[in-house]
Amino acid sequence: MPDPIIRIHNLHTRYGRREVLKGVNLDIYPFETLAILGRSGCGKSTLLRHLIGLQKPTEGEIYLKGMNMATASEEERNLILKRIGMLFQSSALFNSMSVSDNVSLPLVEHTPLEPSTIRIMARMKLDLVGLAGFEDFMPSQLSGGMKKRAALARALAMDPEVLFFDEPSAGLDPIVAVGIDHLILKLKKAFKITIVVVTHELASVFVIADRIALLHDGEVIFIGTKEQMKRSEDARVKQFLERRPDEEEIDRDQYLNTLVS
Amino acid sequence: MKVLRGTFGSTGRGFFTFVVHLLRILKLSGQALFWIFIAPFKGRHIRWRLTFVQMVRIGVNSVPIVGIIAFFVGLIIAMQAAYQLARFGATIYVADLVGVSITRELGPLITAIILAGRSGSAIAAEIGTMKVSEEIDALQTMALNPIGFLIVPRTLAMIIVVPCLTVLADFLGISGGFVLAVFNLKLPFIAYFNQTATAILMKDFFTGLVKSFFFAIIIAQIGAYQGFSVQGGAEGVGKATTASVVSSIFLIIVADLLFTMLFFSTV
Repeated sequence: MPDPIIRIHNLHTRYGRREVLKGVNLDIYPFETLAILGRSGCGKSTLLRHLIGLQKPTEGEIYLKGMNMATASEEERNLILKRIGMLFQSSALFNSMSVSDNVSLPLVEHTPLEPSTIRIMARMKLDLVGLAGFEDFMPSQLSGGMKKRAALARALAMDPEVLFFDEPSAGLDPIVAVGIDHLILKLKKAFKITIVVVTHELASVFVIADRIALLHDGEVIFIGTKEQMKRSEDARVKQFLERRPDEEEIDRDQYLNTLVS
Repeated sequence: MKVLRGTFGSTGRGFFTFVVHLLRILKLSGQALFWIFIAPFKGRHIRWRLTFVQMVRIGVNSVPIVGIIAFFVGLIIAMQAAYQLARFGATIYVADLVGVSITRELGPLITAIILAGRSGSAIAAEIGTMKVSEEIDALQTMALNPIGFLIVPRTLAMIIVVPCLTVLADFLGISGGFVLAVFNLKLPFIAYFNQTATAILMKDFFTGLVKSFFFAIIIAQIGAYQGFSVQGGAEGVGKATTASVVSSIFLIIVADLLFTMLFFSTV
């Protein structure tokens, strides 16, 4: 096995008194597609925010390409950030800029390339995600699926080594969502790229992921391939796969007590 | 006892939140001013194109409203002054009163208050919306510093534009006085002009400009701070916008008081 490109070691995060991540350990290897699965509120978005350097851990370390994100200086962190791409749940396109300007922005800011070259590169990325011809549109003129594609083109602008997706199919109709899944598969084939997807969509995970990590209540309780996941005997893994709701146990006395206290 | 504790408790909490806000605003201002005045010497460039866009939005588009209001205020002060001075037959001193009060005080203050309402709120709303739609996060993951990218162009534009608008407001405010003096008080144009010219010292004019420079920083920083501290969706943006106007007008008046005290005691 090669060295992991991302290494998360004993990661703890607290919001006030509430502990969201309770010692997460996770290694992500180059060129694999890892899906981080979990229920709403299990801490998967928080974990992702740590990975892209938006949040600092209360305890523990995150190494991206061997650099500790928590202790790195701003310059060091920026060097790493230029090598990653991130697709936000809400696409996060800059609404005041055209689609083409959105895609060009990282190139304009971080490379010494000529404007004409940047224009061509932006057009290539947009073509890759199937948005050729939409260069001059404003984000508000695009549909949800098209925004996701445009944001993906922007995330790909700097030819990243690692690409992060936050709920790529959230808020999309099933057909558009499958389209995004296929786009991810296409990227996997076309580029040597590590992909980390945070989601709760089982269907899409089974299509795109090489390995799956299941996050439950701030801890990684399972990591492995989809076959291993299907064979798992862990009750929590099974519950997730079988889409069973939580069993509600109501203790009459306790319930009355909570009402009157 | 409970009432007492409640009263002191809420006053104390209110005071501490105020102090915390103030410290955070100072920190943000420090960072923004670092990026404007020091970082360029360390090889980081200022985004002039974005700054020009903001200068047009904040400055050029405010010219009509600032001009008209300053003119009217000049007219109003001239009328109020004439009402008093006419009793002594000294209407020529309207020129002194209008000239000095506009350049020292009202020109900078009116400009700042209009811009706080017009552009400070716009900054808060824009940055707040960007925060809500994850655009600020996106900037950070692209290794772009939101302060350098968003706050510096707006602050710099404000610093350049507010003193310019203040000069315009000074000129049109004094013109308001002229119009009343010449058409209503029937003072000869040249006499009023000479009176104004001797009344206003360079010092008056420059103390006004110094104030306007600090007002500009206040407007931009409060707008940016309120924008960054938006939480929740559209409602949060609305609250931040209102708060930016209220708190920047408050701080402008406080700063005005401090500067006037300083200029009053030293001059």
